[in-house]
Amino acid sequence: MKNFALAGNPNCGKTTLFNALTGSTAHVGNWPGVTVDKREGVYKGGAEHASIVDLPGIYSLSPYTPEEVISRNYILDEKPAGIINIVDATNLERNLYLTTQLLEMDVPVIIALNMMDAVEKAGDKIDAKKLEKALGVPVVEISALRGTGIKQLMDRAIAMPAERKGTTVLQEALGDKIAVARAFYEADGQPSPLFHAIKLLESDELELQKKGAKEALARAAGGEDMEALIADERYKYISAKLAGAKVKSSEGQLTKSDKIDKVLTHRVWAIPIFLVVLFAIFHLTFSEDLFFIGAISEAAGHPLPALDELGLSEGGAMALGLIYDGAVFSPGVILTNLLGLLTDNITLGFSMLIEVCGGAAWVDSLVCDAVLGGIFAVLGFLPQILCLFLFFSILEDTGYMARIAFVLDRIFRRFGLSGRAFMPMIMGFGCSLPATINTRTLADDKERTATIRVIPFFSCGAKLPILTSMAGGLLAIFGVGNVDAITFAMYLSGVCIAILSVLLMRNTTQRGETPPFIMELPAYHLPGFKNLMLHLWDKTKHFVKKAFTIIFASTVIIWILQSFSWNWEFLLQDAQELYAADPVKWASLEAIEGLVNVRANESILGGIGMLIQPLFTPLGFGSQLTAFGWVFAAAALTGLVAKENVIATFGALAAIVAGQYIDWEAEEGAVEAAAAMIGGTGISIPGVIAFIIFNMTTIPCFAACATARAELPKGKFKWTLLFWICTSYIVSCAYYTIGSWWWTCFIWLALAAAVTALIVLRNLGKFDITKIFRRKKKE
Amino acid sequence: MAKKLLSDFTVGESGKIVGVTGEGRIRRRLFDMGVTPGAELIMRKKAPLGDPIEITIRGYELTLRKVEAACVEVETK
Repeated sequence: MKNFALAGNPNCGKTTLFNALTGSTAHVGNWPGVTVDKREGVYKGGAEHASIVDLPGIYSLSPYTPEEVISRNYILDEKPAGIINIVDATNLERNLYLTTQLLEMDVPVIIALNMMDAVEKAGDKIDAKKLEKALGVPVVEISALRGTGIKQLMDRAIAMPAERKGTTVLQEALGDKIAVARAFYEADGQPSPLFHAIKLLESDELELQKKGAKEALARAAGGEDMEALIADERYKYISAKLAGAKVKSSEGQLTKSDKIDKVLTHRVWAIPIFLVVLFAIFHLTFSEDLFFIGAISEAAGHPLPALDELGLSEGGAMALGLIYDGAVFSPGVILTNLLGLLTDNITLGFSMLIEVCGGAAWVDSLVCDAVLGGIFAVLGFLPQILCLFLFFSILEDTGYMARIAFVLDRIFRRFGLSGRAFMPMIMGFGCSLPATINTRTLADDKERTATIRVIPFFSCGAKLPILTSMAGGLLAIFGVGNVDAITFAMYLSGVCIAILSVLLMRNTTQRGETPPFIMELPAYHLPGFKNLMLHLWDKTKHFVKKAFTIIFASTVIIWILQSFSWNWEFLLQDAQELYAADPVKWASLEAIEGLVNVRANESILGGIGMLIQPLFTPLGFGSQLTAFGWVFAAAALTGLVAKENVIATFGALAAIVAGQYIDWEAEEGAVEAAAAMIGGTGISIPGVIAFIIFNMTTIPCFAACATARAELPKGKFKWTLLFWICTSYIVSCAYYTIGSWWWTCFIWLALAAAVTALIVLRNLGKFDITKIFRRKKKE
Repeated sequence: MAKKLLSDFTVGESGKIVGVTGEGRIRRRLFDMGVTPGAELIMRKKAPLGDPIEITIRGYELTLRKVEAACVEVETK
């Protein structure tokens, strides 16, 4: 089977062509060592099958970006049977610039001239035959979107001869200089000598590493700066010889894309429009009041009836409940409800199966509560994550995402980031997973590291219950505060901490120049449905795999820690038996079926909680608490698996703290559980706030950690974990101490000022921290 | 005919590039995107906050910051 590499500029329809060629055979991985997608698939449309590798979208073969280095090394080292170079016919000049470089390699090349339909629509003409003659390689007109011309393309590609010697468009202008450099490579039999020779003349970093290369460069170029000259000559050749194949009919007309752009990047309206788009995305994904009819009817004084007030049959209520409860839900919520209905029934099925087979109650608890409960809790996020992915993919594919970066770059540059960093951060409010994966659009490694580290500070959907129930608990116990105000303040704190952290990192460990922002603004176009679906399918596979491996293992471990004591006594008890034994004490268990844990303080988790409790003393939820103070430490610990666990743990432990069982999944149950914890442990108001902040900023859930680990550059993950622990600890400590003793704010301010001064001095080069340590060592 | 830096352009101004300076990486990136001496460009617009800018060059839209635009010397018409 022959293998072909697909190369071309970003936004030239490469992904569409790849999908059209390979269909369902495509699979996505990473290129070794970097987080750049490597997609492979098989073309089965012709007499002979061919394997296709999709190289990253690139503009050139310079040594500066990982994408370009990957593409270059792949073609040189893996020696594919041929390169399919896809060229956007609507933007011939810049696209052919890459072509002129590809032609210099000793590898067969075929040009796929894409978007010819758009060119013809605009009234222009490109003579493919003329182009073929000028370039000396086959040129085939295709439309990747409509799937036309693809068979001819592949037939001609497979029929190409196995060998081809590199040619260059620079021969006329720089022939003698190239010959000198070429002789250097030919001397030791290097393949593709022409390509290497020209790269050497460009003073290419990768070429200069070769022994004797510097001298060869000096011989060939004679000290002249060839880089500008070569780029210039390439473009000159293209406009003189190749652009002649293009006949333009009209010029200066406003295209549809220009008209759209005029509105979307308008001087005044750009930012408001963007905010509306963003709101719409989150509203469609998370809102339980899609058309605002719930809010409007309530404001008008005639609230719509809630689901249970309608007097429907059980089946009717279940069906309507998917889309309505006093207001119409958004598509994201409806999908979540549908999935929830499915997983509930699967759990029920398993439960019945275990009962029929005569399995013990603990088997039911392990399988249904721990394993299925854990997996489904994570899978439950899938519909909304996919909704977010879908909307953000649409923004990316239509070309609007590039405009958002354009509009916001100014703000983000102040923090040493580019406008592109905005999207992953804002996605963090939905879920850290898609947000972390989205950082791939950032070119600079340091910028990417800094962004991934602060994503958890943009409080995700799963952390919201912690906020609302703890705030509700505060209100119930101390009668202070307003749930909405506290929640909003916490969100805002998260954003402020993120900004400060980015500033700190970009000035210390992740120091580096603000990455350049030289970017193409692609023409607006409608996204392809098939591409979007394939993209979503990839993400779904990725997510499901994660849910069934890491999450599965960790939920089982947590279940064991919660359900067993140190000497492996099983602690869960049957609710009905407890109720029968003492109906007064366990009145709250009357309606509960199955096992409950009212002895959680004897569990292994409880033991670990008590052990680490003193660590949290400076944060207000450690040793200063009266009885059961360890529940906060234990809850934070279980939150590392999934943040929903924090309140779930409260629910489970409320039975021992408040002496009654609280069904935390019921409406208001979470607030009751939080109130029971706050009331029963004697925690102070600043302590509660510090606890919320700690959970918001500390290590995120397992799934997010695993994603961050995969996306971060090698060796950065352990430092990232440490960063999360330190940040949450320091920030919570500050909140607690300032909240308890206001004058401590002066200590914190002084500390912050000292650290800032130190960093500024160091960055100015006036102060060397390592020097102090060195001096101490000598003494 | 006057020489001026691209960063000093106003919206709608056009010209021909005469020189590209700057540190290796940025200069190379500019070349690769078609910002080479001899190329014609039109300043299309500024972002709502004044920076970055958008230009049309070689038939497509390119955005770059003012810092980077300051590396590009242009002869105005």
